[in-house]
Amino acid sequence: MAKTLTQEFVKGLWADVPPFRLVLGLCPVLAVTKTVENGWGMGVAVTFVLVCSNILVSALRKVIPPKVRIACFIVVIATFVTVVELVMQAYAYPLFLKLGIFIPLIVVNCILLGRAEAFAYKNGVTASIADGLGIGIGFTLSLTALAAVRELLGAGTITLYETPIQVMGASFEPFTFLVQAPGAFVSLGLMLCLMNLLGKK
Amino acid sequence: MEYIVFIVSCVLVNNILLAQFLGNCPFLGTSKRMETAVGMAMAVVFVLVLAGVITWICEYYVLRKLGLEYLRTISFILVIAALVQFVEMFLKKSIPALYAGLGIFLPLITTNCAVMGVCLININEEYTFVKMVVSSFAYAVGFGLALILFAGVRERILLARVPKPLQDTSIGLVTAGVLALSFFAFKGMV
Repeated sequence: MAKTLTQEFVKGLWADVPPFRLVLGLCPVLAVTKTVENGWGMGVAVTFVLVCSNILVSALRKVIPPKVRIACFIVVIATFVTVVELVMQAYAYPLFLKLGIFIPLIVVNCILLGRAEAFAYKNGVTASIADGLGIGIGFTLSLTALAAVRELLGAGTITLYETPIQVMGASFEPFTFLVQAPGAFVSLGLMLCLMNLLGKK
Repeated sequence: MEYIVFIVSCVLVNNILLAQFLGNCPFLGTSKRMETAVGMAMAVVFVLVLAGVITWICEYYVLRKLGLEYLRTISFILVIAALVQFVEMFLKKSIPALYAGLGIFLPLITTNCAVMGVCLININEEYTFVKMVVSSFAYAVGFGLALILFAGVRERILLARVPKPLQDTSIGLVTAGVLALSFFAFKGMV
């Protein structure tokens, strides 16, 4: 192993940050970033599933036969998604209602399958935890950042948890376009452009 | 009449790609060339209707009978994955022409969240069997329509001079935004 654990962790935060660099798992990125609360809620849910599935896949990597590995990954991921679903129904019901269909859809999020296939299946447990945490936190941060831009300009508020905080003054005319569907695409596109500008590899 | 309004709302107003944000990975991934876009659109129409039928049966005759609704996510994804495999084998054997057309897009569909998403919408909205078939088909047509339109636009962008940081996915997303804006205009219709 050439890379240290810290390197595995840090790469998820900038070099391989999922929605921007790998351009994977865009559906939740576009759909839930209407408010900051939804953004980080989704991020945390994905991080949890990602870390758990990475641990289990890398622990079982010598047992899983290569031919049926994709099916095995999906079962592992689906199990943890069900765990998240039930936990959120019990302890964060309002958030669960807002994220709605996108919680069960974490199953088909390409980031999870991608990490299981590209990383966890080939590396040890500790490295996989570092990778999962890094990618997960990177995903959460990018969702939160995108949500913050959209909510601040689109509604003039920031919702950290449940109650919106009015940030812009009363004279601010909300740029409603950004919180609607088309605004999601445009703001993500521009954010991607910004990332390309800032970090040339 | 009721069904016509319903179809219009699924295809245009609540377009699966541009209003509900489902299936965006294949949307951006396969829209660079018209042929791949058409292939993907056809594969989605084909699989989505089958998946809708089979998950509906699974929900009402297995999960609800046994009180296992909490296993919905895990059982749906397995049923869809198995179905896609099965369809692939069946087409390869009996309709090779169609298989050659859909080819590589079939396995990709397992991780297409539009398929899983529509199946879940069908269940959440408590549609009857007929309405479920209609909705699956209409959503799939909406997916195909948006994908093919988008591929057409994107082929033109290839000829344009795009600033360097905006190239590829970035300009693709902005274009998708403009396309979404035009679909947005149907909002008041239904």
